[in-house]
Amino acid sequence: MLRLDAIDINKGGFRLSGDVQISKGTRVAVIGPSGAGKSTLLEALAGFQPLTGGRILWQGEDLAPLSPGKRPMAMLFQDGNLFPHLTIRQNVRLGIDANRRLTAEEETRVTEALARVGLAGLEERKPAALSGGQQSRAALARVLVQGRDLLLLDEPFAALGPALKAEMLDLVAEIATESGATLLMVSHDPQDARRIADQVVLVADGKIHTAAPTAELLDNPPPALRAYLGTPAAI
Amino acid sequence: MAQRAQPINLRPVATWPGTCAALGVALLVLGTLAAVALRAEGGRGFGAADWAALRFTLIQASLSALFSVGLAVPVARALARRRFIGRRILITLLGAPFILPVIVAILGLLAVFGRSGWLSDLLGFVGLAPVQIYGLHGVVIAHVFFNLPLATRLILQGWQEIPAERFRLAAQLDAGPRAMWSLLEAPMLRQVLPGALAVVFAICLSSFAVALTLGGGPRATTLELAIYQAFHFDFDLGRAAMLSAVQLVLTVVAALLALRVPPGEGFGAGLDRAVSRWDGSGRRTRLWDASWICLAALFLMLPLLAVLLSGLPGLLSLPASVWRAAWVSVQVAALSTLLLVSIALPLATSIALGRKALGEVAGLLGLAASPLVIGTGLFLLIYPIAEPAALALPVTALVNMVMALPFALRILVPRMRQVMNQSARLALALDMRGPAVWRRVILPRCRAQIGFAAGLTAALSLGDLGVIALFADPEVATLPLQVYRLMGAYRMQTAQGAALLLFALSMGAFWLLDRGGRYHAEA
Repeated sequence: MLRLDAIDINKGGFRLSGDVQISKGTRVAVIGPSGAGKSTLLEALAGFQPLTGGRILWQGEDLAPLSPGKRPMAMLFQDGNLFPHLTIRQNVRLGIDANRRLTAEEETRVTEALARVGLAGLEERKPAALSGGQQSRAALARVLVQGRDLLLLDEPFAALGPALKAEMLDLVAEIATESGATLLMVSHDPQDARRIADQVVLVADGKIHTAAPTAELLDNPPPALRAYLGTPAAI
Repeated sequence: MAQRAQPINLRPVATWPGTCAALGVALLVLGTLAAVALRAEGGRGFGAADWAALRFTLIQASLSALFSVGLAVPVARALARRRFIGRRILITLLGAPFILPVIVAILGLLAVFGRSGWLSDLLGFVGLAPVQIYGLHGVVIAHVFFNLPLATRLILQGWQEIPAERFRLAAQLDAGPRAMWSLLEAPMLRQVLPGALAVVFAICLSSFAVALTLGGGPRATTLELAIYQAFHFDFDLGRAAMLSAVQLVLTVVAALLALRVPPGEGFGAGLDRAVSRWDGSGRRTRLWDASWICLAALFLMLPLLAVLLSGLPGLLSLPASVWRAAWVSVQVAALSTLLLVSIALPLATSIALGRKALGEVAGLLGLAASPLVIGTGLFLLIYPIAEPAALALPVTALVNMVMALPFALRILVPRMRQVMNQSARLALALDMRGPAVWRRVILPRCRAQIGFAAGLTAALSLGDLGVIALFADPEVATLPLQVYRLMGAYRMQTAQGAALLLFALSMGAFWLLDRGGRYHAEA
């Protein structure tokens, strides 16, 4: 279980606080207005944003002493998920271990992961030689070999068109299901949440609201969510 | 509440090596200064010759700054509003004097402006007396040769930074030359000129090699030259130390002035872009611009052409001493470049990761440090324990490295910042540790800049005629020193051949390293 125990974040005067529990294996969409702190929340989970109060616990263990690379999480940012000077294969290798050469068995895992996301044959290309969708697939292949318990997505598919984005979300859902990972993904779009998320966490007005089942919450939005969504008929 | 914008554990590589590097450089510069200060003898006071040196230093630096910048204005203006074939090459060439060995340029200038040079021959045809290049005006001509291109680039940048919309607006208002001047050009120049003047003034203050070759004598001695003479002729360490202290005050004041100039000048960011202009299409302005461009190009290229032409005959019969000196120079430059890379890389990384103070310290020290002052200090420190001449070459390499450091940082830091912004989070998220970050991210992504910085350092070190003159005994010489000695012995043809060799070595080293860095490198 992921537990945000009365956490409090102060980022240059911007405050965010909340108390949330998420069961292992759940797929959660983090939604809310722009600037509400969705990305800040994910950065805090990943260890890029220090807490000013409270604790983040995974399976009962406090994550505070762990640096970003030691946390049980794989994260995809809005951009810059691949090193532009390395090939796709080299990028994916870093997911297994960024500090040493890989064994033959590990190399096989890299090849399999690339095939799993549909990039077989493109391993030796550099990111610039791939389409936006293919770049996302490569980043997902790395997430796959990282094999972390938690997968954090900070709108990595925001630049893709609607059809491609849906395709990527489906792929993410499949990967999360196959590996049993807990998924937290930031989204602007309630449709994304409906597509793959079991639960929704609303971030608004400096508060991280308790997780609630997706359909239930979106069909009967509380005031803060209704203000964000606009007219309920629209969704 | 504990609030830190960038917690320490959020840096993908440690910053302590950079801190150590900065401390090392500071220790070297400040330690040698302390040695100088302790040894300076105030008691005997500042003699008439010392006052003359101070006066000459200030006068030649002021004149050099005024002429360089004054002439650069029409040249930059012409380059800003004309498009012609070769414009890009000419602008690239404006960067060349920076890595041109001073002694090579001097030989070129002598061949053009000297007593028996091309200009004097030309004057002889019409029955005029030959020009005299030694003394104040020779020093100023040489400084203008080196700094006119720099000033042109600084001012050209000011012109390029006037937004294209302003020119469009001015064209729409049918602004004539005078209106263009008062609306756009004069305000820009008011901003750019003080900085350009300060930079050239600061550079010319620590002129040594130019004064050594074209100046000299009681009426044309700079402070740096006086330091050298106090060493070389009188072996008066107290006087050398006192002169060094005065020189230091001058350079620190000038460096503080020059540091107020906004950075980012110099290495040609987008200077070859030509903005669309609708003014200056009259025949007279076109002719005016063309003449300035031609004059500037001739002034810069004729001396280089002269080096090539006069050097070729001597090149085939160079004595063994010249080849030996060349080999020494290559070794010194290699050591200097190696030192630079191992100091500048960690330093630039630490600065890029937010240790800004390090950058400012290193920049100020680098600008204010004069090679002859550091040399004097090192000599004073080494003299009691070892024979300074035995350490001449490592000391030269070390001082050359310190001199090149500010330029290297200016090349490396912006790129390093960019790489860190793009990749630091990703590296952290992947738990990539120090050595792997260096090997997999920093080195491959900064290769082009490392090559450029290394190339500059190698070329500067190869061409340096400064501290080596203090330390060397008659047995040891770098190639520039050997050229100077050959000139002093009136073996001009050999000197010209050796200068051509030096020219080829410097440009070759720069090309090799710069090219090697960019080879197959990606943006």
